[in-house]
Amino acid sequence: MQPLIETRGLSYRYPRQGEVLSHVDFSLFAGDRVALIGPNGAGKTTFLHLLVGLKKAKAGEVFAYGSVRKTEAQFVEVRAKSGFLFQDPDDQLFCPTVIEDVAFGPLNLGRSKEQAESLARKTLASLGMVGYEERVAHQLSGGEKRLVALASVLAMEPQVLLLDEPTNALDSRAQKRLLDVLMTLPQAMIIISHDDEFLADIATRYIRLDAARFSEADACFAKGIA
Amino acid sequence: MPQNLEHSGSSWKGQQLKHQTSLIDRFDARVRIVLIALFACVVVLPNSLLVAGIGLLIGLLLVVLARLNMKRIFRRVLAMDMFMIFLIIMLPFTTPIKVPADILFELFGLQASRQGLLHAVLIAVKANAVVLALLAVVGTMSATQFGHSLARIGVSEKLVHLLLFTVRYLDVIGQEYKRMRRAMQARAFVLRVDKHTWRSIGYLIGMLLIRAMERSERIMNAMKCRGYHGQFYLLDHGSLAARDYYLVALSVPFLGMLIGMALIL
Repeated sequence: MQPLIETRGLSYRYPRQGEVLSHVDFSLFAGDRVALIGPNGAGKTTFLHLLVGLKKAKAGEVFAYGSVRKTEAQFVEVRAKSGFLFQDPDDQLFCPTVIEDVAFGPLNLGRSKEQAESLARKTLASLGMVGYEERVAHQLSGGEKRLVALASVLAMEPQVLLLDEPTNALDSRAQKRLLDVLMTLPQAMIIISHDDEFLADIATRYIRLDAARFSEADACFAKGIA
Repeated sequence: MPQNLEHSGSSWKGQQLKHQTSLIDRFDARVRIVLIALFACVVVLPNSLLVAGIGLLIGLLLVVLARLNMKRIFRRVLAMDMFMIFLIIMLPFTTPIKVPADILFELFGLQASRQGLLHAVLIAVKANAVVLALLAVVGTMSATQFGHSLARIGVSEKLVHLLLFTVRYLDVIGQEYKRMRRAMQARAFVLRVDKHTWRSIGYLIGMLLIRAMERSERIMNAMKCRGYHGQFYLLDHGSLAARDYYLVALSVPFLGMLIGMALIL
């Protein structure tokens, strides 16, 4: 089986922090739900940014959806097929109303306004968010914002989900709701999280990033260091 | 800065003025914006106290129609008047006096002119008329509704999105400010007039700018991840109803009448 996303020898360094990723080899297959764990500032978010071309690797290659991705133009397609959920929903939700935010992705992918809107409504409904369409995004609660942000990503019908600390700042009820939603989704996922219980429920594989290198970890081993 | 001033400086989230549902809410936002813009021009441009006075009455009438809280409106209008108060006090003394008959009174050897006083009153009345009407007709819509309507009237999309982005992130940045300010208070920081205070406030503002900058980068990244390529979209429905046309049909002749009055008098 061909991986959806693969990296070979991927490296990245920050000017003053030194190398955060050193010759990383990684593959994501359909159906995988990979937990990416490691200490704060290890470069987990940077890795996700490299996968969708928000940062450019200093060395190594990214293969995504069947071809090598190097230039900005090539990464545009990668971003369309990967749903990236940011740490802070306030960074992601910038439109005045919820429906506009969720329809923003589909509109960018060239859907008509009608198509985008019906797609957005359908996505919101599938997350149990009917009635939120005309709400103003920044007046929602933290849990609601997270679900709307997820909806805005899912509306693009991505093949892969990249989740950057999805349970960050959520109470246990909102976490449970998010978990239930994520478990029903068919997409392959890479999940950055420090929440052991959440990962134990959702992850199929653990990868640990430490000292700029990736290593496969198993769940019990992961618990101590996540 | 006193607490209540800090509060009012960072607590607006783009919501409309608090009011009960009124007649004004039932009209289309675009019609309201265009009519109020015309009204403002008609009241401000002519040099006639009568027209300005009628404008002030209309402003008050609109405030009543919009069922706004009188006390709050009074406070807001007063806040604007504070900006003009010096102008109004100065004008009678700075307007040149041509004939001695125009001298109204003398204060500390300065002569106040009748024309200057009239002019000051005229400016005050005009400003209050326009602000009252704006509060009643435009203030009663949310910033989102206002932005959407501007776009549909034909205002440049870039400007509209600048407005909408500002409204969207004003509160986020306001929250960040409040968080840092509270953290300072928690460490026993009190505003004083000394070097330490000025430096600390400088750090606070500098930090706020850096965070805003970083946030803008994250927002841009998030937008790119959703396929942004320089194009914004506004989804908006809402069409003009019969009552909107009646309103236009009623207001335009009335505004015309005001213009006529200004020209004749």
